[in-house]
Amino acid sequence: MGFEQKKDLLGLRELSREDIELILNIALPMKDVIKRDIKKVPTLRGKALATVFYEPSTRTRTSFEIAGKYLSADTVNLTVSTSSVLKGESLRDTIKTIEVMGFDLLVMRHSMSGAPHYVARNTDMRIINAGDGANEHPTQALLDIFSIREKKGSLEDLKIAIVGDILHSRVARSNIYGLSKFGCEIRVVGPSTLMPPEIEKLGVKRYYSLDEALDGVDVINVLRIQRERQQIGLFPSLDEYANLYMISPEHLLRARDDVLVLHPGPLNRGIEISSQIADSNVAVINEQITNGVAVRMALLFLMMGGARDEIAN
Amino acid sequence: MQLRDKTMIMDETAMGRALTRIAHEIIERNKGVEKVAVVGIRRRGGPLAKRLAARIEEIEGVEVPVGILDITLYRDDLTTLASQPVVHRTEVNFNINGLIIVLVDDVLYTGRTVRAALDALIDLGRPKAIQLAVLVDRGHRELPIKADFIGRNVPTSRQEEIAVRVKEIDSKDEVVIQEIVDT
Repeated sequence: MGFEQKKDLLGLRELSREDIELILNIALPMKDVIKRDIKKVPTLRGKALATVFYEPSTRTRTSFEIAGKYLSADTVNLTVSTSSVLKGESLRDTIKTIEVMGFDLLVMRHSMSGAPHYVARNTDMRIINAGDGANEHPTQALLDIFSIREKKGSLEDLKIAIVGDILHSRVARSNIYGLSKFGCEIRVVGPSTLMPPEIEKLGVKRYYSLDEALDGVDVINVLRIQRERQQIGLFPSLDEYANLYMISPEHLLRARDDVLVLHPGPLNRGIEISSQIADSNVAVINEQITNGVAVRMALLFLMMGGARDEIAN
Repeated sequence: MQLRDKTMIMDETAMGRALTRIAHEIIERNKGVEKVAVVGIRRRGGPLAKRLAARIEEIEGVEVPVGILDITLYRDDLTTLASQPVVHRTEVNFNINGLIIVLVDDVLYTGRTVRAALDALIDLGRPKAIQLAVLVDRGHRELPIKADFIGRNVPTSRQEEIAVRVKEIDSKDEVVIQEIVDT
């Protein structure tokens, strides 16, 4: 079953390589649209999408909003902290309310893994998972993969290191699910307390030494240290983390000369990435953000156009 | 729906002659090609546009800019298709402001593709004028659109299809009328 026949985008785990390639290929002309003087096409005129974020987010949400607007869809952002959720409304009732207002698609972020899956089963709206707990963040991984492919030409046989808090990272998981479909060698590295047990079962190589992990890599994807999830003391201090795992010019010597550094943002400068690297031309952090809009435009186009039950002529 | 070739209406030579004549007509109509650019509609308008530009250059000795337009994002039938068509890139790498754009497509039928192409072009800038060149006009217009340059007028029924084949994509040059085969 191709991607267009699926109702929702909940994770990269259930997408095929062909699905991912379709999305990335359509993101290319979408990126051209963003770069034009008139950054608007009439494609999704008359469609409506809502974003509902139960966790803080600026870039993902803004990215979806502007992606929808560039395609002429009406876009509404629901702010949960000021909404009826605080008055005790259940998730299911909130979603039903949005559905009956006539929205076609809902972009959702939630702190509980599986929340978008639950919602998807209980609504006719199409659902895009914009991050669920520590499970998946598929659109971030799609934009990462798009950025890598754009710079490297192909994903085949690349060595890619994912660095940091693997345990809490939905970005890491979606990247692993996505990239492993393209024949990349994926390495994960971080403190043992932030490394999920049996991570090798996802087909990745586990490292604890940053230098060993970066040896000969083509791409380094640096994860954000999620300070909001560190209250339970999984590492002694941010300074110690920075000493061992911060991506700095010295560590980069181990990687290939044409190494690419990605970071999903927001940056904790001096903790997981040094300013020297973040501001250098090996980093594609700003380009990732542009690519994020393009990839989300491609997804909205694929998911919101089209009749549900007609045969193409 | 299966299609079978019924009648060949243009062979390679006839296609070549038609394109040469259209090139002359474009030059004549615009009194030269100083401000002219040629833009093909994906997919088979692309190679046809390149050939027209090459002929214009042979005749006038002037290189005209050539572009390719992908109109998928401007189609009016997206909400009725079961699955979304693949979007390709628009490659118009010059400023179209003030130019006379000759839009090129293989077949003119309902006019809806041209309507979408006009919108797509105008989102790229403000051309001085837009003209339309097609290899085949098969009638059955659903919109008030007409071509400025026509290779061949071919009366058809709606049950028939016109297939334009070009070497760059189909490895041969020909135009055939096809009919639907009951299976």
